Amino acid sequence: MDTLDLTPFWLSLRLAATTTLVLLVLGTPLAWWLARTRSRVRPVVEALVALPLVLPPTVLGFYLLLLLGPQGPLAPLLGALDLRLVFSFTGLVVGSVLFSAPFVVNPLKNAFEAIPAGQLEIAATLGAAPFDRFRSVVLPLAASGLVTAAVMGFAHTLGEFGVVLMIGGNIPGETQVLSIAIYDRVEQLDYRAAHLYSLGLVAFSLVILVALYASKRARELARP
Amino acid sequence: MTRLAIDVALHRAVFALEAAFELGDRGVTTLSGKSGSGKTTLLRCIAGLERPDGGRIRWGDEAWFDASLPIDVPTHRRGVGFVMQDAHLFPHLSVRQNLEYGARRGGDRPGPTDLDRIAADLGLARLLDRGVTNLSGGERQRVAIGRALLGRPRLLLLDEPVSALDVVATADVLGALERVLESLPIPCLYVSHDLREAARLADRMLWLDAGRIAADGPVWQVLSDPRLPFAQEEDAESVVAGRVEAVDPSTGLARVGFDGGDLWIAAGEVAAGSKVRVQIRARDVSLALRRPEAISVLNILEARVLDVSEARNSPSQALVRMQVGGTLLLSRVTRRSAAELGLAPGVLVWALVKSAAITR
Repeated sequence: MDTLDLTPFWLSLRLAATTTLVLLVLGTPLAWWLARTRSRVRPVVEALVALPLVLPPTVLGFYLLLLLGPQGPLAPLLGALDLRLVFSFTGLVVGSVLFSAPFVVNPLKNAFEAIPAGQLEIAATLGAAPFDRFRSVVLPLAASGLVTAAVMGFAHTLGEFGVVLMIGGNIPGETQVLSIAIYDRVEQLDYRAAHLYSLGLVAFSLVILVALYASKRARELARP
Repeated sequence: MTRLAIDVALHRAVFALEAAFELGDRGVTTLSGKSGSGKTTLLRCIAGLERPDGGRIRWGDEAWFDASLPIDVPTHRRGVGFVMQDAHLFPHLSVRQNLEYGARRGGDRPGPTDLDRIAADLGLARLLDRGVTNLSGGERQRVAIGRALLGRPRLLLLDEPVSALDVVATADVLGALERVLESLPIPCLYVSHDLREAARLADRMLWLDAGRIAADGPVWQVLSDPRLPFAQEEDAESVVAGRVEAVDPSTGLARVGFDGGDLWIAAGEVAAGSKVRVQIRARDVSLALRRPEAISVLNILEARVLDVSEARNSPSQALVRMQVGGTLLLSRVTRRSAAELGLAPGVLVWALVKSAAITR
C-alpha cells in the first residue's frame, strides 16, 4: 500500500493563499471605489466582477487559454517578460484571481458601503488624511467584511476545477491541485486516494467555514 | 480682527446659495434660517466637505477655497472642528479613544490638550472607558463636542447639535455647550433653527433666507427686527444680556443688571457674578404711561418707543419696539391699546415685565 501523495494538497493551499492575498491587495481599492463612486461606469465594472458567478468556469478558462497562450495577443509581452502563464502555477493564480474576484470584492464592497459617510467626514475634520481615515476608521469598521472576503476567496479557490483544468492542465507538482488530483485518481479507478483527498477537502472547508461563522458571532457578542 | 472671510456661490437643483460674511477672532455666531435655506450647506462649504461653484473662503491670509485660482484645501488641513446633528462617534473606539482621535491629529495648533479637564467640563469623566454604542443621545453629543474641541480646531462649526435630542438631553447638551463656549478662544458658528438656543449661546446672529444673508447683527437686534419673521411670531421675544448682581435666597430671586436697569428673575441655578442672557416674550410685556404702584409686577422699566408696527399675522395687534438704556425690548399689545396710549416713536412709557415670565 503506497503512501498518499500530499503534493496536490500543498499546491491547493499555496494557490488559495496566493490568490487570496492578491485579491485582498487588488480588491480592496476596487471595492472602495465601487462603494463610494457615483461614476456611470460603476455598473459595468460591477457586472464584470460578478461575471464569473454566472459563467461556466470553462468559458473563463477557455478565453484565458487563448489570451495567455503562445499564439495569444499577449504572447509578445509575456515572452519579453519571460513569463509562462499557461500550464504553470502563475497562470493558475491569474485564473483564480479572476474567478474568485466576486467572492472577495462583494463582501468588501458591502462592508465599505455600510460605513456612514459622516464618520469619514468627521475623521477628516479631526485632521485625518485619506489614508489615515482608511486605516483608522474604514479598516476597523470593515474588519468582519474583510475576514469574510478572505475566507470566501480562499475557500472558493480551494474548490475550483474548471478554470484550473483549462489553463493549468494536470501537471503534478505544478498545476495538479487537489480538485484535479481527485478527478485524476477517479479516472485511474484509485478510489481510495480519491476518497482521502475528497474527505480531506470536505473536512478542511467545513473547518474554515465554521471558524468564519463562529468568529462573526463572537464579534457580534463582543460589540461594546 | 477678521479670521474667516467667506463669499461663495453654489447652485443645486433645489436651491442657490450666495452668501458672504466674516467671522472675528472669537465669539459665538448663530446661523439661522428656515429649513432648506442652505445653513448646513454653507457650514459644509467652510469645512471643505462641499465644494462651492464660485467665490472664495479665506482664513486670515490663508486661502481655503478660491474658485478662480483654483484652490481647494482639503478638509483635514483646514483645522475646523465639526459637530453634526448625528454625533458620528467611532463605534470601534471607547469614549476616551474617540476623544483622543482628534487630540492626536491636532498638530501643533494651540488649544486644549487636557483630555480629563475637557471630559470633566462636559460631564464625561465616568464614561471615559465605556464603549460608545450604549451612550444616550445627550452623552453621544457631549462626546462629539469634546472630540471636536480636543482636536484643537481654529474654528468650531456646530450643525444643529441638539435638534435630534429630547427635551432633557437638549437641556443637558446646551448646558455643557454654554460652559465650554464661554471661554472658547476661537470663533464658533452655530447652525440652529431654534431661537432660544441661539439667544442662549450666541452673541451675533446671521439670518439666512433663500441662500442669502438677510440679516447680520447682535442677537437682540436681529431678533427684534420687525422685518424678520421672529418679531412677527406669536412668541416673539427680546434678549437681554446682563450680569447677576445678587441672589436673594429668601425669595429665590436674582437681580440681573443690564444696560438699562435691573431685572428680577427666578434665580434657578444662576450664581452671583455670572453672565446671563434672559428672554422676555413680547406678549409678556405690558405698557403704561405712568409708573404704576401697588402692583405685583416686579420689573418696571422706563423705555422710549422706537417704532410701532402692525403685527403681520394678527391684525388686532401691534408690535412696539422700545429702547431701555442700551437694550432693545419688544412688546406686543393690541392696536386699540397702542392707539389709546398714543404710542409713537419718542414716547416715554413704563414697560412691565412679570419675573415669572422671564426665561433663560
